[in-house]
Amino acid sequence: MIDDRELLWLFGGVAVTLVLATAAGQALRLSVAGAGARDTIANVNARIGAWWLMSAAFVLASLTGGIGSVVLFALVSVLALREFVTLSPTSRADHRALAWAFFIVIPVQYVLVGVEWYGLFSIMIPVYAFLLLATRMVLAGETERFLERAATAQWGLMACVYCVSYAPALLLLDIDGYDASSGKLLLFLVIVVQASDVLQFVWGKLLGRRRIAPTISPNKTWEGFAGGIASATLLGTGLWWATPFNPWQAAAMSLLIGLAGFAGGLVMSAIKRDRGVKDYGGLLPGHGGVLDRIDSLLFAAPIFFHVTRFFF
Amino acid sequence: MIGRLVAGLARLIAGGYVHWREPPSGNRPRVYFANHTSHLDFVLLWSYLPPDLRRRTRPVAARDYWERGPLRRYLSTHTFRALLIDRSGPDARAAVDRMAGGIAAGDSLILFPEGTRGSGDGIAPFKAGLYHLCAAQPGLELVPVSMENLNRVLPKGEFVPVPMVSRVIFGETLTLRDGEPKEEFLARAREAVEALREEQS
Repeated sequence: MIDDRELLWLFGGVAVTLVLATAAGQALRLSVAGAGARDTIANVNARIGAWWLMSAAFVLASLTGGIGSVVLFALVSVLALREFVTLSPTSRADHRALAWAFFIVIPVQYVLVGVEWYGLFSIMIPVYAFLLLATRMVLAGETERFLERAATAQWGLMACVYCVSYAPALLLLDIDGYDASSGKLLLFLVIVVQASDVLQFVWGKLLGRRRIAPTISPNKTWEGFAGGIASATLLGTGLWWATPFNPWQAAAMSLLIGLAGFAGGLVMSAIKRDRGVKDYGGLLPGHGGVLDRIDSLLFAAPIFFHVTRFFF
Repeated sequence: MIGRLVAGLARLIAGGYVHWREPPSGNRPRVYFANHTSHLDFVLLWSYLPPDLRRRTRPVAARDYWERGPLRRYLSTHTFRALLIDRSGPDARAAVDRMAGGIAAGDSLILFPEGTRGSGDGIAPFKAGLYHLCAAQPGLELVPVSMENLNRVLPKGEFVPVPMVSRVIFGETLTLRDGEPKEEFLARAREAVEALREEQS
């Protein structure tokens, strides 16, 4: 089904990494003592389990070609926007506008990716949805906190739909001497951005001392930030053969992806911190939502897309 | 098949955190009763029941709503096996008899004792049907269920849901005590749902 050798190598690499991570997680579970450490390990093992599932979904999507990736990320957008809206202070009057966001804006955006209409795909939400949703909201006649409600809805669309849709849009890039439609560039982005998250977590646990953003994410440290982004950049550099980049370019791109991803994680954390405490903070005890998983991808995907489009 | 599809869809749109205080058990018929703010309430509650219990659980629903249109009629009779009762008629006795008949046949029920959908701000006083049902079926087990955020997913008067994360908590079983007065019992049942809600926030 896949005749692209490089894509197979990428999938193989992900599979080997997951097998090693699973083995290491189980070994740690059996060897560690102390309640605090055990909780950390249980959490890590739960995350590894989730990684298996997510990777399987991703491979499945790749096997069906471009359309599979478009459908997968459309579903991710629905789930992410659903979490975002839950945490937002919406009013009863916003119901129709929000229903439009889910059942009109999301399908249209992903159909535009699917039919490779770059010109409209890249402005549909910032221009048309921006104006349409505000208009729909004002027609409901409720003026209380109007700007806040309209701005929140637009922000949700930008983050959960517009930014996410740049990930499958990588398949429609037109690069000389490189077949972007194979999904390798998308896989490169996802591997680097998620590896950067995981490696920041690992470096932070191992060496973390000085907090980098104590009011937003108490667990993020300078050591985790530097170690994680540096090692993810090394990893991305090592994957240059699957991309249209040479090793130096792959390094620069990976660094950019890591930095953008870090910014995304911080911004999405700040929103949760603001909302979470008051309203539905304990909504998913023990679980992270889809939005927690993709916060760094939100910022990395559009930047990676446009920088690649500009230079290659 | 269609049941599983509907259950999956309900959870995709409105699913979220679900918790059972006591593990679900299917040894005998039970009545799940919950606060009511949305048409999605019973679909989501029903979708959270383990499939073998789901097949033996019938929502009690208003005939005037669920017999309107071929889709609703199909879903209510074939998928949910709803126990349809007349809201408008003065004949409350007949509704209780129908519910008791369902229990006697070995099925569990999903019931919204407020009688109608609220705005989500509070829980209205319970109608007496729950009491009469328990009096007719001594020893009947009731499971209070608290459903939160469904009023935002599909409020009264809307037809298209806005997907959101919800919270559903199945509480500890209660039964009608010997000689317990009607008002006292209905207040106790209502407080059981209220208590689950308060703990959540």
